[in-house]
Amino acid sequence: MTTKYTKDHEYIRVEGDVGIVGITDYAQQQLGDVVFVDLPAKGKKVAKGAEAAVVESVKAASEIYAPVSGEVVEVNGALEAAPATVNEDSAGAGWFLKLKLADKSELDGLMSEAEYEAYLKTIS
Amino acid sequence: MAETAHSEPLLTTPLHHVHVTMGGKMVGFAGYDMPVQYPLGILGEHNWTRENAGLFDVSHMGQSYIVSGDGSHETVARAVETMIPADILNLSLGQQRYSQLLNAEGGILDDLMVTRHADPANAGALILVVNAACKEQDYAHIAARLPAGVVLKRRDDQALLALQGPKAASVLAAHAPEVMEMPFMSARDALIEGVHAYVSRSGYTGEDGFEISVKADEAGRIWGALLADDRVKAIGLGARDSLRLEAGLCLYGHDIDTTTSPVEGALTWSIQKRRREEGGFPGAARIQKELREGTARLRVGIRPEGRQPAREGAEIMAGGRKIGIVTSGGFGPTVNGPVGMGYVETAFAAPGTPVTLLVRGKELPAQVAKLPFVPNRFYRGVK
Repeated sequence: MTTKYTKDHEYIRVEGDVGIVGITDYAQQQLGDVVFVDLPAKGKKVAKGAEAAVVESVKAASEIYAPVSGEVVEVNGALEAAPATVNEDSAGAGWFLKLKLADKSELDGLMSEAEYEAYLKTIS
Repeated sequence: MAETAHSEPLLTTPLHHVHVTMGGKMVGFAGYDMPVQYPLGILGEHNWTRENAGLFDVSHMGQSYIVSGDGSHETVARAVETMIPADILNLSLGQQRYSQLLNAEGGILDDLMVTRHADPANAGALILVVNAACKEQDYAHIAARLPAGVVLKRRDDQALLALQGPKAASVLAAHAPEVMEMPFMSARDALIEGVHAYVSRSGYTGEDGFEISVKADEAGRIWGALLADDRVKAIGLGARDSLRLEAGLCLYGHDIDTTTSPVEGALTWSIQKRRREEGGFPGAARIQKELREGTARLRVGIRPEGRQPAREGAEIMAGGRKIGIVTSGGFGPTVNGPVGMGYVETAFAAPGTPVTLLVRGKELPAQVAKLPFVPNRFYRGVK
């Protein structure tokens, strides 16, 4: 199991050929209170960098981009009733969707946890 | 998560360093570096204001006086009435009204508060409070239209705080008992912590509350004295927006602008009878016609079903065609659901009318709703 990060503050936790996608703790702090998550339909194919979901805070709607290309095989339906889970546990229960990876080599272009931590220091 | 960067230098209010020290998340708004929220967060700040008392720094707004050399209220009132449709002539000492600065077509250049000074020694002075983003244009527009002997004096030397919520009156009265029985939309002088303040019982949250104008260098002291009360928390612009939206109040540049008239904007209540009959304000012919015959579109509340908010710009559909547009939309913490407002064709303006909202290519079911979403709790005096 390995977790990779994007500059847009998404993470993808890869187990075999499936990646669990969510937003980082930094991202949920920046967004503030999450009130709704617009999740894609199961079976939808998304390209790397394309919009995969939309997270709505009190203030604004923000796009969540697919860290890599793949097919949506599962979405976190629990967020419908409890969107604040994204704030409370973004790395765990607050995940958005599971992607069946189209091309595992795309992961190589993403940041490791240490690289992401260093990246955060450059932007704050 | 997409972000946008601001690079132009921003103005600051006298309380800027206080917001930063308190952990305020600072963003550019109307040219000012302002706190959008403090560590409590927008939901918490919104709910605190509805239940207790919220303290806002609104010093970015434009405060000015209109004064006449002859000290006559009538002179000043008649001058201002050529630019706005409210009855200013019949304001009593310390009485405040909401109005709109109109262009020649009756479109709204800005919305503003007008107060007749409460102190007879300042007879003939009107106090204007205008939006931060519009103030430079407003001042130029007004100054160019004042007759000889009447001048606009900018009060950039004053800060403005708002204390809002059901506990605002008891909090402020602990410092200045004279504010307790002030009726809604009235103003007076008060002493807070020995500091001279000009206080009005008004605000933009739908709650009871006050706006407190003090000298810029006294603002920190008043802010600190009010925050020392454990019923008070600092509230950022994010909650200010969700509070005013639930209260059905317009945000200039979004819900009203130069393309909308006060009648289309459902602000007819702010045009008093004498002005409706006499006219004498910019765009009077159009506005009087709209008052008689109605308008093709109206500002209404929009209540999406379910949990998903529809934001500004979402198209409002009915019968397979576009009948309007959302001008403000978000999540209402007190409503505990999505709320919005926008313009629809008048045939669809009745509360309860089913519509759909086009959000990211999907049609979201919604209803036209009565405004406000949360009942106003203004203080009208002892019954």
